[in-house]
Amino acid sequence: MSLSKEFTKGLWNELPPFRLVLGLCPVLAVTKSAETGLGMGLAVIFVLTCSNMLVSSLRNVIPRKVRIASFIVIIATFVVIVELTAQAYFYPIYEKLGIFIPLIVVNCIILGRAEAFASRNGVIPSALDGLGIGTGFTLSLTVLGGIREILGNGTIFGAEIMWSSFRPFTFMVEAPGAFLSLGLLLGIMNACSKSN
Amino acid sequence: MEYIVLIISAILIKNILLAEYLGNCPFLGTSKRMDTAVGMGLSVIFVMTIATAVTYWVQYKVLNPLGLGYLQTIAFILVIAALVQFVEMFLRKFAPPLYQALGIFLPLITTNCAVLGTAILCIRREQTFPEAIVFAIASASGFTLALILLAGIRERLEISDVPKALRGTAIGLIMAGLMSLAFFGFVGVDGSLKALLQN
Repeated sequence: MSLSKEFTKGLWNELPPFRLVLGLCPVLAVTKSAETGLGMGLAVIFVLTCSNMLVSSLRNVIPRKVRIASFIVIIATFVVIVELTAQAYFYPIYEKLGIFIPLIVVNCIILGRAEAFASRNGVIPSALDGLGIGTGFTLSLTVLGGIREILGNGTIFGAEIMWSSFRPFTFMVEAPGAFLSLGLLLGIMNACSKSN
Repeated sequence: MEYIVLIISAILIKNILLAEYLGNCPFLGTSKRMDTAVGMGLSVIFVMTIATAVTYWVQYKVLNPLGLGYLQTIAFILVIAALVQFVEMFLRKFAPPLYQALGIFLPLITTNCAVLGTAILCIRREQTFPEAIVFAIASASGFTLALILLAGIRERLEISDVPKALRGTAIGLIMAGLMSLAFFGFVGVDGSLKALLQN
């Protein structure tokens, strides 16, 4: 019961980019298409779950004073694993995500979960918390990427879906579109949760 | 001459916040009031310049000769975290007024992706050392410029009638989008400037 709660809270109540408003840089940068959003999301799920598990299992060993530095080293280790794996096996997506793969290290969501949750709870709840928050993050990135790709390019996951006379709003796949669509989605989320 | 193009490009055309999407958490977090925006901006200029110089040295004098290039991410974040801590202690001891002004922003900068991002970009673009330093100062100035502009807008928004659902971060993001659209107008300026300087 409570374990499934750890997982599901990441999907709505604490949905990362919208509710926590953390880790915005990758959200804006990699959502040019649904595909890059999904790729980034999967990388974050892996790093978040693994680092949450490791932080939680070491929580009684790490001295409080150096905990932030220790968390950063743990997170950076998993980020390097993702970086090298992506470079070896998923090169096209690695190229598209570019500098934002190493920047997962400084994604505040991951450090935030390590500090706020994993350092106070057991291994299994921490793993579920990581999976849940990571899944919420992935869903948000994919949805935002999908919206921007449809409006800015007329495609979704690279497949044409709009009618033939549709003229794409190119600015949606550029920086202004990222800020505007995230801001509007955030507003819609706020409006929905208020009416509930 | 190339430096002028580099500076204009880093501040206006490829503004680190509005076009390269780096450092957005502090951008939205500290842009509610003008004084915090100025403090954050100055701290970023300070730390980013030092961090880029040190990480550049680490990459070319330590990691590359030892064949440890794959440790770049871990090495850089540790260097930046240690550096921020050191700068904080140094300022507290030797420049208390500066510490008073910047103190609370310094710990936040460790997780500012603009600092790590600039350091990695300099290496990926294979810039020379002076280019990297100029690029870091210009990027940080671009960050400060965008932050102060947004803080000015958001201070005015406090007293205007914004729809309830959009209040706070949402309207901040939309404003950032409009600013980004304005900065979009500078695209191409670097090419013309280069041509102008060559004639």
